[in-house]
Amino acid sequence: MLALLALFIGTLAGCGTWLMLRARTFDVILGLTLLSYAVNLFLFAMGRVKVGAAPIAGAGAPPTLAQVADPLPQALVLTAIVISFAMTALLLALALRTHGEAASDHVDGEEPRR
Amino acid sequence: MSLEAGTLLGGHEIVLPIVLPLVAGALLLLLEAGRSRWVPAFSLGATLLGALVAVALVAQAAQGQVQVYLVGNWRAPWGIALTLDRLAALMLALTSVVALAALTHALGAAAGRAAAPRGDSHFHSLFQFQLMGLHGAFLTADLFNLFVFFEVLLAASYGLLLHDADRARLRAGLHYVVFNLAGSALFLVALGLLYGVAGTLNMADLAHKLARLPATDLRLAQAAGLLLLVVFAVKAALLPLYFWLPATYASAAPPVAALFAIMTKVGVYAVARTTSLTFGGPTLAGLAQPALPWLALATLLLAAQGALAAGRLRTLAAYLVVASAGTLLLAVGLGGPGTLAAGLFYLVNSTIAAALWFLLADHIGRAHGGSDRLETPASALPARTWALLGLGFVIAAAAAAGLPPLAGFFGKALLLQAALRESTGTLAAWVMAIVLGSSLALVVALARAGSTLFWGGRQAGAPARADATGTPFRAGAGAAARPFALQGAATAAPDRAFAPWPQQLALAGLAAALVAVAAAAGPVADYAQAAAAQMGERQRYIDAVLGAPAAPPAYDVRREMRERGELK
Repeated sequence: MLALLALFIGTLAGCGTWLMLRARTFDVILGLTLLSYAVNLFLFAMGRVKVGAAPIAGAGAPPTLAQVADPLPQALVLTAIVISFAMTALLLALALRTHGEAASDHVDGEEPRR
Repeated sequence: MSLEAGTLLGGHEIVLPIVLPLVAGALLLLLEAGRSRWVPAFSLGATLLGALVAVALVAQAAQGQVQVYLVGNWRAPWGIALTLDRLAALMLALTSVVALAALTHALGAAAGRAAAPRGDSHFHSLFQFQLMGLHGAFLTADLFNLFVFFEVLLAASYGLLLHDADRARLRAGLHYVVFNLAGSALFLVALGLLYGVAGTLNMADLAHKLARLPATDLRLAQAAGLLLLVVFAVKAALLPLYFWLPATYASAAPPVAALFAIMTKVGVYAVARTTSLTFGGPTLAGLAQPALPWLALATLLLAAQGALAAGRLRTLAAYLVVASAGTLLLAVGLGGPGTLAAGLFYLVNSTIAAALWFLLADHIGRAHGGSDRLETPASALPARTWALLGLGFVIAAAAAAGLPPLAGFFGKALLLQAALRESTGTLAAWVMAIVLGSSLALVVALARAGSTLFWGGRQAGAPARADATGTPFRAGAGAAARPFALQGAATAAPDRAFAPWPQQLALAGLAAALVAVAAAAGPVADYAQAAAAQMGERQRYIDAVLGAPAAPPAYDVRREMRERGELK
């Protein structure tokens, strides 16, 4: 499972980086979105991957992470998701405005001279 | 000095710099939506109050204790702690100085207009949220919290930068936003690595745990540390990552650019804090040492070149910001107590000078009919305007380039002295050569700009240049076709008064602050020295944070329930 997760995160990050390096605003936004997915999954995985464990220690449970899932990375991911969601919305609005103003979706606001 | 404010607020004063702008910004949102005429007064009042708090906190921090505030009364590694030491207090005070000047300038611009255009309806609340993010970044003792405050200040800065955007500003804004979002993603990766390795994100706890890491995990921690350095270098404008800065700062509205003068310093602060505290332990010490000084020197060199090649005054000012960031990162990168103290001293001077430059560029541009291109003005300025702006130019130039009467000179002299004392042969030689060489280049660039703008001494045949963004600055046409918000009365008669009085006040205040820093160089240098020494005492900081006791509950529900027999 770990290998699969790592492969998945790597693929997302790779695709995101590739898209981000393109010169069209829409591609860049998609790239940033994919990259933030990869980052969120990575953060989540850093709390160690567990199946079927609650993030709450029951009464009398030993105070180790052997039985329970680490709740902190889940909280971190939640924060990161909210922030990246809001930033993507802002970036979309900005890209639309740039497109409207410059009539081009090139990231430089004008088509490159050939 | 006694702890009047501290005892009055029972220790809660440390969280005030965050809470105050948050509440003020939220109220301003309502006031602005209602188009209240109290908005400017309220915004200025909140910023003034914040400045008073910052001054009180400096006085409190100067006593030498690392003071810890446990948010929500959760003890340190579990909850989020805020810490106030000399460095944090210094940064808070600097932020307040810059913010007051920027806000006064903006209010002057608003007063100079007949009616407020729709564009800047949320300027003041965004300004307060930006202050909140800055203050939080300086105070927090938790790396994830630092990330959150970075996002707060970035989100506000996106709004401020894109204020009333024209095409150049939109393009610079898009680049700035995308670049910083990519930086945020890297920040999160570094945080994930650190958490996966050490199981904590509290800076002091991390410092404690990283020193006891098994050798296999040490490489991961190193990778995380270097990733963090990359992220902070984006903010601080280090060599391969500063190319966003000149276009962004040169296209932002003047008061916004002046406030942004403190933004690169957030990056420098974060580098200094993490390298000295979190990664300062015996196992990871010197993480940044091999690369940081050399990159900083290269930044300095390229910034000097950029200043020489700048075709607009604001581009020149942006390169001055890059040069000061290079100098500061050099001081941090060399890492000795002497260079660090010199860097902190230089930080005070260079931040105020950078803010002054952006306001000054606005004034000079408007006095010359809306263009800040470095070419002979079409008409001579009225004598009074000429004298006042010229005086401001001389002060700002001397402070930025590091010429003797002002504190920039002392800062650079202290830095060179300490670098010679604390670093070895080749590096010390390069530091001498490049710091002195770049200072000379800055002096040449500033002298040429000054003589062109004020004495009209353009050489015959010098071509008119394009600005750094590649498009020529559309002078009169742009200003006339579009009422630039916050840019003031561009169309007002230039002869009678060269600017509304609040803007003159902002200019004079910053220039006076520069002179005051030079006059009080002794106490300021002592404070910087003490701050650097305090950063060196890692263990005291760690003990203060991890040992901070939770406040005893004023009202114990459990005991009360026990007494009433509702709880066994």
